[in-house]
Amino acid sequence: MRIINMAHGSLYAFGAFVGAWLLGLAAGSSGMQPPYLIVLLPVAAVAVGLVGAVIEPLLRPLYARAEEYQLLMTFGLLLIFEDGMRFLWGPTPLTASTFWSAFGSIDILGSTYPVYNIVVIGLGLLSAVLLWTLVYRTKFGVILRATSQNRRMAEALGINVSRLYLQAFALGCLLAGLGGAIVVPIQGAVLGMGIDALVLSFVVVVIGGMGSLEGALIGAIIVGVVRTIAVQYFAELELAVLYLIGATVLILRPTGLLGKA
Amino acid sequence: MTTNATAAEMPAVAPLDAGRRDRASAMRWAVVLAIVLLLLPLAEHVPVIGVIASPFQRVVLTYGLAYGIAVLGFNLLLRYTGLLSFGHAAFFGGAAYASGLLIKYLHVTSMEIFLLAGVATGCLLAALFGFVCVRFTRFFFATLTLALSQVVWALALKYFYITNGTDGLRIPTPTLLGHFVASADVARFLSTTYYYYVVVIFFASVAVLWVIVHSPFGKALQAIRDNETRAQFVGIDVLRYRWNAFVISGAFTGLAGTLWGPLNEVVTPDALHWTFSGKIVFMAVLGGFKSFAGPVLGGVAYNYLETYVIKATVYWQALLGVILVLLVLFMPNGISGALESLGRRLRRTT
Repeated sequence: MRIINMAHGSLYAFGAFVGAWLLGLAAGSSGMQPPYLIVLLPVAAVAVGLVGAVIEPLLRPLYARAEEYQLLMTFGLLLIFEDGMRFLWGPTPLTASTFWSAFGSIDILGSTYPVYNIVVIGLGLLSAVLLWTLVYRTKFGVILRATSQNRRMAEALGINVSRLYLQAFALGCLLAGLGGAIVVPIQGAVLGMGIDALVLSFVVVVIGGMGSLEGALIGAIIVGVVRTIAVQYFAELELAVLYLIGATVLILRPTGLLGKA
Repeated sequence: MTTNATAAEMPAVAPLDAGRRDRASAMRWAVVLAIVLLLLPLAEHVPVIGVIASPFQRVVLTYGLAYGIAVLGFNLLLRYTGLLSFGHAAFFGGAAYASGLLIKYLHVTSMEIFLLAGVATGCLLAALFGFVCVRFTRFFFATLTLALSQVVWALALKYFYITNGTDGLRIPTPTLLGHFVASADVARFLSTTYYYYVVVIFFASVAVLWVIVHSPFGKALQAIRDNETRAQFVGIDVLRYRWNAFVISGAFTGLAGTLWGPLNEVVTPDALHWTFSGKIVFMAVLGGFKSFAGPVLGGVAYNYLETYVIKATVYWQALLGVILVLLVLFMPNGISGALESLGRRLRRTT
């Protein structure tokens, strides 16, 4: 789509807040959060998708202008979102850890592992497969890729480009929201998590290589493992180590590990 | 663009003396501004004008001038090189931290040493950042600078036994030129002696940057911004030029950070955080990053905004966001752009 969205991380955070809030509502006074409440998480994602559908028209005048304006505009939106969340849910973090523990844990190869984390892995794989199918195996995907390559030609061929942009943008926001909603039972929703996510996902993309799905997967695994090791052994350098790896990859292979020029 | 070129390299389409006229008008404005700023403290006891010349107002203005230098440095990248940095807080805060550490460990009090250290810190950090960042442009450049500046922030936050963590480092009022020391009335010192000190450095910085952007080096940067491939074919070493621009930009932002330190009296990790970089970006857009002087207007105007409006609400971030969105949509050339079109309209009607 060639839209640069600095506020994407905030939408992820928004998904986390909505997810935690819905779970809290559903639990009510009983405080019980049985596993079937997982249906609420996609609801949170849809809510974020709707927010995306609302803000896309705001970005529309900028498509024809220099990219810097998109960055500035979405930076402005990011500031608004961050305070919007502070206004709606206050400065204290929201948690849904009872929901997380409701899934219990199982023994795998002698070590205990929380079931919910396995559910997350499953959901992650599922949405990756669905996204891949949508982009590479459906007519919508073909149209989307064609429009991304040449907007004017697509328009000349009779594609309703503005509707397509709206749908694609909303879909992107929905996925960000889903990510946030899924992760909230594990780590809670905190103000500022959106920016952390933005920066982290950037490191992932830089290590893996831009425009490569497999690269993103490898980058994510490297970042996850390195971060866990760093927290364990040299907590002060936790963040620095990540960026150092990113910088090293960039210097040795400017396109990333699996990126194509 | 062509109006800025010197007469010798002008293409035939523009009037021959456009460059000279441009410089003359800039000089006129600079002289007027200099006189106003230098005479301002004398107006303190004059009725009516005295309100805007009070010591408090002069300190606010000094903040604004310091920000102005930072944004001018930042704009060397955005306006002239076409790179949007979200990491300039690292140079600004880094320079202020350099002063703080010199005070804490070496008990230095001389402002000139702070300035040297601040500029050196800005250069060094920018050289390091630039080494990685200049290979990229646009979004990737912006986010990479953001990520690297966050490393500096994280280090300042986590090595609390060196940097005092969130408490930050104190920066007491320094000695100026080895001679001027603050008396018991620190506010008086900051609003007169220090004020003049900052004004002089401000004009020196403006002059140096003006020369830089109008030099062949500045022209090469603009060529790279407009068309990287063509610039490369002409024989410009694109990465080296970008890197140099980045280091110069970092040096000026570092200078500004050093000047800001004694005003703020303390430097905390907030000055290194990416939101502070966001503030610098905001100032540039507010003032209008398309013109040379816009950043100064933006720095000063933002500081008034922060002093009077932002303190009134907890949700200042959202307020800034709304202003930024409106600026991008309706006033993309900022205050300086708006003034310019207003001036043009006035001239047409008379």
